[in-house]
Amino acid sequence: MTAAANAREAILNSVRSALRRGPLDDKRRAELDARRPQHTRPAQDEELVARFIRKFESRAGTTARVASRADVPAAVEAYRVDKGLPAHAAVGAALKDLAWPAGLAVHHDPAGISETMAVSQALAGIAEPGSLMMASGPASPITHNFVPDDHVVVLDAGAIVGHFEEAWEVLRARAEGMPRATNIISGPSRTADVEQTIQLGAHGPRRVHVIIVG
Amino acid sequence: MTESPTRGPRVGLFATCLMNVFRPNVGFSAVKLLEDAGCTVEVPANQTCCGQPGYNSGDYDAARALARQVIETFENYDYIVGPSGSCMATIRHDYPVLFHDDPVWLPRAQELSEKAWELLSFLTDVLGATASDAHYDGSVTYHDSCSGLRGLGIKGQPRTLLGEVDGLKLKEMEDSEVCCGFGGTFCVKYPEISEKMVEDKVRNILATGADTVVGGDLGCLMNIAGRLKRINAPVKVFHTSEVLAGLADGPGLAGAAKESD
Amino acid sequence: MEIRSKEFKERAVFAIHDASLQQALGKARGGFVGKRAQQAAELPEFEQLREEAKNTKNHILDNLDHYLERYEAAVTAAGGHVHWARDAEEARKIILDICKRVDAKTVTKGKSMVSEEIGLNEALIEHGMEVVETDLGEYIIQLAHEPPSHIIAPAVHKTKDQVSDLFEAAHGGPRKTEVADLVNEARRVLRDKYFRADVGITGGNFLVAETGSSIIVTNEGNGDLTQTLAKVHIVTSGIERVVPTLDDATLFLRLLARSATGQETETYTTISTGPRRAEDLDGPEEYHVVLVDNGRSKMLGGRFKDMLRCIRCGACMNHCPVYGAVGGHAYGWVYPGPMGSVLTPLIKGLDNAYDLPNACTLNGRCASVCPVKIPLPDLLRELRHMQHQQDITPVMQRRALKVWRYVATRPKLYHALEQVGARFLSAIAKNGSIRRLPLASGWTDVRDLPAPAGRTFLELWQGKRGQK
Repeated sequence: MTAAANAREAILNSVRSALRRGPLDDKRRAELDARRPQHTRPAQDEELVARFIRKFESRAGTTARVASRADVPAAVEAYRVDKGLPAHAAVGAALKDLAWPAGLAVHHDPAGISETMAVSQALAGIAEPGSLMMASGPASPITHNFVPDDHVVVLDAGAIVGHFEEAWEVLRARAEGMPRATNIISGPSRTADVEQTIQLGAHGPRRVHVIIVG
Repeated sequence: MTESPTRGPRVGLFATCLMNVFRPNVGFSAVKLLEDAGCTVEVPANQTCCGQPGYNSGDYDAARALARQVIETFENYDYIVGPSGSCMATIRHDYPVLFHDDPVWLPRAQELSEKAWELLSFLTDVLGATASDAHYDGSVTYHDSCSGLRGLGIKGQPRTLLGEVDGLKLKEMEDSEVCCGFGGTFCVKYPEISEKMVEDKVRNILATGADTVVGGDLGCLMNIAGRLKRINAPVKVFHTSEVLAGLADGPGLAGAAKESD
Repeated sequence: MEIRSKEFKERAVFAIHDASLQQALGKARGGFVGKRAQQAAELPEFEQLREEAKNTKNHILDNLDHYLERYEAAVTAAGGHVHWARDAEEARKIILDICKRVDAKTVTKGKSMVSEEIGLNEALIEHGMEVVETDLGEYIIQLAHEPPSHIIAPAVHKTKDQVSDLFEAAHGGPRKTEVADLVNEARRVLRDKYFRADVGITGGNFLVAETGSSIIVTNEGNGDLTQTLAKVHIVTSGIERVVPTLDDATLFLRLLARSATGQETETYTTISTGPRRAEDLDGPEEYHVVLVDNGRSKMLGGRFKDMLRCIRCGACMNHCPVYGAVGGHAYGWVYPGPMGSVLTPLIKGLDNAYDLPNACTLNGRCASVCPVKIPLPDLLRELRHMQHQQDITPVMQRRALKVWRYVATRPKLYHALEQVGARFLSAIAKNGSIRRLPLASGWTDVRDLPAPAGRTFLELWQGKRGQK
């Protein structure tokens, strides 16, 4: 692949010649790699869970709160019945151990084109914008986040952090490293591409419901 | 240059091209306001244009030639003050850029830049004026000229002073900060686009119901006045300084003498 | 995409008289401007963030080679592939080769301005592939066979009625007239495409060197379905979009949605790192990033380096009164508005886009809202300077400037001519103004010329005070 190698070198050389210098020396490179930016974080003076709920609901998301993880299946079922959805759901394997109601057909595979509801475990919540942070993996397939009309997300109250920067620390602390897909979800899918009229459910879920645990 | 403490600063008035030809009354208004504020005002005869038409057309050499002339003419005054945000922003901001690699002219350009002021900004920000003893019977809407607003931060100053004018009622228009479509040679190079822009501006002016529109730059005001006249809208157009100096008793821009009341 | 910027004037006049376009532009303008202003007002740190964003981008650009290499290493470590393209042709070839290798029949696309810049769709279609734009706005203009007219709202120039017509023609009846029904119809049609796609192509808002990730930001979720369901995910991005760390990306994310659509955040921010892992149940089997230079590294060395800070939010065009009057298509290429008027001449050649830097009043509203503080009016003036130096400007303009300089540097002559002019205009005026002036029809076609009083200020002043 000499052509490819040539393009790579040509672009890097062109960058350097524009900057009127050669390649950076190892010392400078190490300095750049050690750089830890401290950008301004918007001030917050609100309790994290309250802020998360306020922000998430401001974009047409809905929330419910339960005392413990064991209460999750009932909360999911209540949501399903309330919305009149069929009695089946794609449930992330992270929630496999819960006691799902007998009448609800549950599977842990990716969501197919006809999937109506998915239930996922969030890795974290970010109070700053009121958003969910989902980490893809066998326990939380990406398709669950985008294919069904209804997405129910389980979020531990203790997993809500203040700013984006703290959410990145959660990612950095993972033994398995960065997920293939980290989805930060701030509400139902929306579009304003026809005459700036906001319409929910453009391509992704029409409804996103968060069950906060704890 | 010695400044007598009792006589106030010695100001060289920058007589802008449009003012000189189209609206001498603005020059006399500026002189009155400056003298009332205690300044000694002179109008050097050797001045012409600030050079902005050359600069904005990409002819930097021509702009520099004009800039040198302005620097030589005005550098011995305490201040250079002009009734235009556009020309004064050129002197304040663009001269040092034009001479950025010229060791002889850069310091002179910088020195002039520091004492270059738009009239109303000078009256308020430098001389601390907050009051006006003028009288104007009418409702007035203020157009923010772009160079003054974004180049020199002129926004509150004219409104504060206009608010002090006896009998004057200030009515804010929608989008007062949006360009009127003048833009120097833009308005004749792209007349259709300019027309659309001035149409929007005039619609916003008329929506206020104000009988007068004022602003700090004659370019914008001629564009607005010309458009108002073209559509037969009976709104008077004055430079802010004319109203503040109490010299807005004649016809406005593009106004026939009979229209004045 | 073929450049038609030379036709700017004609296309602008056409746009001004296009009633549907004016209706659509009118609706868009107020929304974007008002919502951005509200977001900026609600975040006390907004101005501080703009300053930090400017400085951080400058730091990245000064060390761009290092961050690109670090990014490449991290992508490779995550199992992805980085490709380098010097120009549009190389970029197209890289992507075509990948598509051909996997025998792609259907290619879905999230919104990507770089793919527009390199003319990707035409190339893929030419090779027999079905290319489906999945962003609703992009889908609409694809049906209309038009280029985008805005970088974040590509179909902003279309009215609902026009969308109804396009959908009826493409999907069959009955004709939908409600926005909800139109969106549902597109949702249904595109679902099928996502699941059938062989290759999904997206842009990249940010490329994170720390993790080897690409970040896309969308409201619809189309980018995610595009890149998750296809067998191969290809990211196209300019080389300047790299950022050192996730924390740096955050700085720009805080500004992007607020500046672009006036939202606090978009619905989806997706960080993609490599292809599907062995244990994963979904996601693409291959992950490629095509880094496109196409003139960017040259910009880095000169007066236009500031332009490389651009994060493609569209705030400059939302606030540009010229864009507001003529819409995006008049600009004649991929990038419209103030940022496009700088980029187009630099990428496609000064003489191919003469009008773009000139069709601007230098009012500065674009720069005042730019989240990374690009001095757009100064860059446009700089392009005029280059045009002047290269004699690309019209002959009449050059002559006029020479005459003006000659006269204006001779005060006595200048004043004499001013006096003649003032007297002449005063003499021909009626009721305070002049309706028609043959040599100044650009002025008088649109508006009256206010008449001078007769004598100039300097004349009157000399008479009154007699001082020099």
